Amino acid sequence: MTPQDIFQTLKDTLVEQFELDPVAVTPEARLNEDLDLDSIDAVDMIIKVQELTGCKVGPDDFKQVRTVGDVERVIARLLAEQEPAAG
Amino acid sequence: MPHRVVVTGMGGLSALGHDWPGIGAKLRAGRSGVRRMHEWDDVTSMHTRLAAPVAPYELPAHYTRKRTRSMGPVALMSTRASELALIDAGLLDDPVLASGATGIAYGACAGSAEDVVAFGLLGERRNLRSINSSTYVRMMSHTGAVNISLFFGITGRIIPTASACTSGSQAIGYACEAIQAGKQKVMIAGGGEELSIGTTGVFDRLFATSTCNDAPATSPRPFDRARDGLVVGEGAVTLVLEELEHAQARGARIIAEVVGFGTNSDGAHITQPQVQTMAGVMRQALADAKLDPAAIGYVSAHGTATDRGDVAESHATAEVFGPHMPISSLKSYFGHSLGACGSLEAWLTIEMMREQWFAPTINLTHVDPDCAELDYITGSGRELDVEYFMSNNFAFGGINTSLVFRRWSD
Repeated sequence: MTPQDIFQTLKDTLVEQFELDPVAVTPEARLNEDLDLDSIDAVDMIIKVQELTGCKVGPDDFKQVRTVGDVERVIARLLAEQEPAAG
Repeated sequence: MPHRVVVTGMGGLSALGHDWPGIGAKLRAGRSGVRRMHEWDDVTSMHTRLAAPVAPYELPAHYTRKRTRSMGPVALMSTRASELALIDAGLLDDPVLASGATGIAYGACAGSAEDVVAFGLLGERRNLRSINSSTYVRMMSHTGAVNISLFFGITGRIIPTASACTSGSQAIGYACEAIQAGKQKVMIAGGGEELSIGTTGVFDRLFATSTCNDAPATSPRPFDRARDGLVVGEGAVTLVLEELEHAQARGARIIAEVVGFGTNSDGAHITQPQVQTMAGVMRQALADAKLDPAAIGYVSAHGTATDRGDVAESHATAEVFGPHMPISSLKSYFGHSLGACGSLEAWLTIEMMREQWFAPTINLTHVDPDCAELDYITGSGRELDVEYFMSNNFAFGGINTSLVFRRWSD
């Protein structure tokens, strides 16, 4: 997945899962303040990331996450870590 | 002295509509909410194809994703029914809701079927993929009570009454007791149930469902000699109960008074009803109301149209009241809405008492000779001037409830 693909997939997922306005879902958008997602939504988002990447994800992976861009970077890292094993 | 408890708001979602004028007109027209469930055509080894689904309803825009993510259908209906009741009571945005003086007594057989399945899949698939953050809250038996509390910001006590077919009636009874004892000023009380293949399967396995699959409107037939079982329904109904002084101080419109409640259990058999404890619970409610049987002008029967249930109930009722008590079963219109039936029947019977007209049991043409002699209301119903009525419900596992309401007159 290219970074572009990751962002688009993430955006589509967030829009669908949390009924968000697609225009609002930018890399800079803050999950809590801008998109109004709370801790329960965060749990469901992590579950979705787990599904999308096929990686086991823990809350620690998301400790520093504040924006959509942060989530995108976590996904990219998870996929990168996964690749050697997949190869 | 226990505080007196009055009903100041009522609202619900039912198979025949969502407001009294609409439902009342259908009762007068003898309209049944039962239909054939083509959705279940592919289900094998189930005998019945009948159910009474709730009439379509729309949710206002403030039922947002975030506010409804913890709700399956049963919690959603319970919440909406409660909103309609709070509007009716003039309490929707009242500070009393968040003051700690308002509590909730609410029940259903269980939480939402889809979420029960999700947990079942965990055991089968050996992974958590079917479960998200809110699956449990949608599945749990007190999902209605908790979601009502969250939605309206209610901070008083929660009394979950997940007791199957007495969930709604126990909720009214326990809510009444909480106010009588001075623990709460206002209680949101009721029950809900969502239709699923599971709730129907429960009774079908016991051969207790009706199989009049090609003539839905002719079943169920409570107390009729040709009855062949119950039809499962759904819905949610809420009563707002309030301490009399509190209601009067705010100038609330008082609809009725809850004057008696009794509940007991058979302690005998999971499904075979016991006449003695059924009669006992009615006597308890009368004693609680300090009334003689002769004061009661009408009995709203549980009347599910099962083989044994109707016989036992009729004999218990006749034992307490004698053969002249007017009685009918609203389940002939709505099917058996399980967790919702207690509050549904209380709501509609209060309305009938106010209109001084009581609905007949539809489909009752020949009273079963095994049923006790009572004044079964049939045909076009009955004009009756009634000050007190009793509403009875009986649940799986031998749980019995009896409520007595008084018409309010200032």
